[in-house]
Amino acid sequence: MKFTWFHLMPWPHMPDDFREKHRSVWVDLPNKMYQPELGHIAYHQYLDQLEYAETVGFDGIGVNEHHANAYGLMPSPNIMAATLTRRTSRAALVVLGNSIALYNPPLRVAEEMAMLDVLSGGRLIAGFPVGTSMDTNYAYGTIPALTREKYAEAHELIRKAWAADAPFAFNGRYTKLRYVNCWPKPVQQQMPVFIPGGGSVETYDFCLDNTYSYSYLSYSGYLRARLLMDGYWKRVAERKVDESPYRAGFAQVICVADTDAEAERLYGPHVNYFYNRCLHVYPGFADAPGYRTVKTIQTGALSQFTSAAARDYPSMSWKDLTENRYIVAGSPETVRQQLEELIKTLRVGNIFCLMHIGNMPDDKVRHSTKLFAEKVMPHLRNLWPEWQNHDDRFWCHPMNEPVPTRIAAE
Amino acid sequence: MKSKLLPLKQLGAKIEVVEAGKGRDLLYLHGAGGHMVDDPLLAALAGKYRVVAPLLPGYGRSGGEDGLRDMLDVTLHALDVLEALELDKPIVVGHSMGGMIAAEMAAVAHTEIAKLCLLAPAGLWLDDHPIIDIFSKLPYELPGLLFHDAEAGRKLLTAGGGNMEDPEFLKQFLVMNARRMGMAGKLLFPIPDRGLAGRLHRITAKTLIVWGKEDVLIPPVYGEAFRKAISRSKLVKVGKAGHAVGQEKPAAVLEAIRDFF
Repeated sequence: MKFTWFHLMPWPHMPDDFREKHRSVWVDLPNKMYQPELGHIAYHQYLDQLEYAETVGFDGIGVNEHHANAYGLMPSPNIMAATLTRRTSRAALVVLGNSIALYNPPLRVAEEMAMLDVLSGGRLIAGFPVGTSMDTNYAYGTIPALTREKYAEAHELIRKAWAADAPFAFNGRYTKLRYVNCWPKPVQQQMPVFIPGGGSVETYDFCLDNTYSYSYLSYSGYLRARLLMDGYWKRVAERKVDESPYRAGFAQVICVADTDAEAERLYGPHVNYFYNRCLHVYPGFADAPGYRTVKTIQTGALSQFTSAAARDYPSMSWKDLTENRYIVAGSPETVRQQLEELIKTLRVGNIFCLMHIGNMPDDKVRHSTKLFAEKVMPHLRNLWPEWQNHDDRFWCHPMNEPVPTRIAAE
Repeated sequence: MKSKLLPLKQLGAKIEVVEAGKGRDLLYLHGAGGHMVDDPLLAALAGKYRVVAPLLPGYGRSGGEDGLRDMLDVTLHALDVLEALELDKPIVVGHSMGGMIAAEMAAVAHTEIAKLCLLAPAGLWLDDHPIIDIFSKLPYELPGLLFHDAEAGRKLLTAGGGNMEDPEFLKQFLVMNARRMGMAGKLLFPIPDRGLAGRLHRITAKTLIVWGKEDVLIPPVYGEAFRKAISRSKLVKVGKAGHAVGQEKPAAVLEAIRDFF
């Protein structure tokens, strides 16, 4: 198993009456709410937490991209990852990822990711999300029905740019470049790629065609993820490719305390903040018409995205959230049991651990993280022995002798 | 009203064409919402004209939408449809997005379109009068945006409607909405401006512009902008009518068209 400590970097200062005063945490939330001086503190605390996760033994540390929102404050995940290249030395840098349809030209992503890979000595795991509709369509103006075509073309350009040894011309519909010439080139000959998926069936085949790992990001927990992940593994079987669990990952909100009751006491308010403020998205921004393909709508896999599902959050108690496994929370033993069930039922080799939740203060984040690293993670390491607990195709390949970063800095 | 499928070689697909009435030929291009059930405007126009109303790819049974990506694709497609329908010097009428397409047709092929009627057309953007983002609106918000009389509008929009709690109906509704508004988004998202302002001066057609005085989606100030930019044009404002001016006041719109042409 591989465990990546993942940060969303939410805005932790949304007021108590946030839901009443604002219709959405995303797209049209007035940015007067953002206070740069407090943002300065939050950014550095969040980066410290990612660095801490490496020191306690997580395999990877993760960042992602969102726009115009208080849910996740990383319009540029590459800037965050760049700081981490200098302050970490072992963990994979999981950039999950860059919304490649949004860059003009998308060659920029190939260049910046190559920079990150070189800076980190081959520790980059690249992610290519289509991006949420809030980000891609409403905040960045991409025409919904053309988003996937633009994404596919950007992907083709990036892969070709990394693979090429000499300049070439790229005549795309959306990007035309006479000289594609990616300097620098990445350290890794075969860049591992994770694709965040949220219910589009086309993504299954895209991952299998390219040997990418499918990463399901959901906040409704692993019981409700079964339908979608079963669909993925069914497709894997139909395609007759190997069933390596590292072909899939799952993001999970996790809270660890000494006892179950202590977990509720310590983390309850922050989980509440997350579900009721960070996920408070106006339904009109959730899914611009044309963003989903007709094929995906027809599978009915989007039921979890209905406004009814979102409306359930405010009324959910800690008991509802834990019993229905929206979150995995409790004593180390409780968390271990539930995660083992999650890992086996979804058949995933990657867990993206969401351990900073909503407005959780730093000491609680570290407490939960440390307990997880010491008392949970070691017992879950060996769940896929037949795969030797590693699949080289779906993890980074660091250089043998990278420059010690601290020495290099002096 | 009857409906037929017309194979269109240039598109490589069939499009649906609704026909009704007798008289002079009138080509009608619908807005982003498509045709309404028993569309009141089409019914009124059919009392005096031979109305021919093709559906844009992505709407109804019209296919081929994947091949249409931008304004030029759609404008040329609409001219292909006009040619294939073999109409006799038609009045070209377009509502909202259809008005934007009709104006583009008349600008690009000004020698072929002599009579033009724009009903609250999209296509311009005035910074001081931003147009509401229709794509982020929820279904229940639409009647108030499209009609002066929201309750009457709600009845028109939900006529023949199904049960939104039924998953199968909901799925079909979502597919229909994704096809229609996905196509409309290629012309209207995120801002309904594809450079028409720079081409309106090419229009030589005698042009009637009709606007609902209570239009809150594209406010009547846009009517003035179209009138100023098109040389042989007249603006008629209709009282107690919103953006769906033709569906809300069909008799008044019919009368304006008959008076002008």
